[in-house]
Amino acid sequence: MTETPTTHPSSPAGASPAPGADVPARRFAVPGRIAVSEQAAAVWQTATLTEIRRETPQTATFRLAVPDWAGHLPGQHLMLRLTAPDGYVAQRHYSIASAPDDSGHIELTLDHVPDGEVSGWFHTVARPGDTVELRGPLSGFFAWPGDRPALLLGAGSGIVPLMSMVRHHRRRGLTVPLRMLASARSPEELIYASELGAETTPLFTRSAPHGVPVGRMAAAHVAPLLAQQPPGGWEAYVCGSNGFAEHASRLLVAAGQPVDRIRIERFG
Amino acid sequence: MNVTRGFTGRPRVHNPGLPPGQYDAGADWPVLSAEVTPDLAPADWSFRIDGLVERPHTWDWDAAHALPASAYDGGIHCVTGWSKFGVRFGGVSLDAFFAVVRPQVSATHVLARSHTGYTANLPLADLTGGRAWIVWEYDGTPLPSEHGGPARLLVPHRYFWKSAKWIAGLTLLDHDEPGFWERNGYHERGNPWEEQRYSGD
Ligand SMILES: Cc1cc2nc3c(=O)[nH]c(=O)nc-3n(C[C@H](O)[C@H](O)[C@H](O)COP(=O)(O)OP(=O)(O)OC[C@H]3O[C@@H](n4cnc5c(N)ncnc54)[C@H](O)[C@@H]3O)c2cc1C
Repeated sequence: MTETPTTHPSSPAGASPAPGADVPARRFAVPGRIAVSEQAAAVWQTATLTEIRRETPQTATFRLAVPDWAGHLPGQHLMLRLTAPDGYVAQRHYSIASAPDDSGHIELTLDHVPDGEVSGWFHTVARPGDTVELRGPLSGFFAWPGDRPALLLGAGSGIVPLMSMVRHHRRRGLTVPLRMLASARSPEELIYASELGAETTPLFTRSAPHGVPVGRMAAAHVAPLLAQQPPGGWEAYVCGSNGFAEHASRLLVAAGQPVDRIRIERFG
Repeated sequence: MNVTRGFTGRPRVHNPGLPPGQYDAGADWPVLSAEVTPDLAPADWSFRIDGLVERPHTWDWDAAHALPASAYDGGIHCVTGWSKFGVRFGGVSLDAFFAVVRPQVSATHVLARSHTGYTANLPLADLTGGRAWIVWEYDGTPLPSEHGGPARLLVPHRYFWKSAKWIAGLTLLDHDEPGFWERNGYHERGNPWEEQRYSGD
């Protein structure tokens, strides 16, 4: 697949309306960031689990060998399926946590959802050597090719695709500005805590170390970042539960971020 | 078949209403829009049909409500895997809107557009015959904004990304033109019964 960002103009949809027609304002029309490989999306591949690393009490990272992986961009996700002996299949979407590289491996980080069919299997049954099937990478909309200044807002497992961007930024030594606000219930539940650097401001909603405030993401966290706009402005990426995505995207809009520069990935 | 060691999955439910690869989300109704939820009041909403029609027309909130009411009661299916059953939407059948604008014979496809700029493409035939609606009510109450209120397109026999939220209009075309997700790797047609999720399926 290509790493060249496509420059689809955010063209208004369809044929031009009749003269004098009341055309509603089209403010979103955010173009995809990259061309998506149809072939990679259509083919189910076998992936072999090679390593499991605990991240937090509720999350772990699963490293998979995918020999024919077509490559991905930070922010993309894949579809994964598990098959029971009677042919029953469960399939779910997962963001790719690892940065693009040529190791033939990718990493996923999964939250252990109570009674979760797929995340439950990963957290209680899976061990290195097991195989699963996946297809992807999917969707160019949330991808970040590393070109524009990136402002990343994530909560819980919503920081998974954002971490791929942070890792990509570091690995390539990119100089384009990148900042992340990462919300977690407590320091113990902050995924990738030991890997986060000066680019990240962690926020804690339930408990925090002595002297660190506890609370939801607020205008006071977002406004200073928007006050220092990098040249060309921020491309904002928001990821997490729907409740978080609604809250964080409204904060961005209130602080002056244009809606057509906000990309949202909701985990449902 | 590539069996996953130790995976049994949930107890099997026989549900003929469930398309392949989908699961019943029960009471949940996940929200998956990629854009900021707009603040759109009914008074600011309008719906226009143009392109290859005899009489392009724009309806405001009251004019759309003056058309004969029609309801959908059934299931909806999201490409991410969930289906939801027993949903009740109220609005107006698209047939009633088409009767006003009269599609030209050359019209084969439709590009639906939202007040946010989101787009989705469909064959015209998928939107006629009492199988597609403009809806503003969910379960007897106003459709919430995060689910597309004040009004959204409803095409329940296709994956739900085709049911454009915050619907602003339809443009009838004599060719297919990919919409927002269709340009981002998703299927042109999106038939859940044939599991047309991504381009190439
Ligand atoms: C684009 C995208 C990217 C994502 N990326 C990630 C990621 O990087 N990391 C991550 O952890 N998650 C991610 N998710 C979420 C992920 O896809 C799954 O939704 C999540 O792992 C839960 O799946 P599960 O099979 O474990 O749980 P499910 O079995 O789907 O259960 C979820 C909840 O619903 C209930 N439930 C659902 N169906 C039934 C049923 N039939 N009977 C009883 N209870 C039921 C369960 O009790 C549970 O509380 C992403 C989602 C999307 C859309």
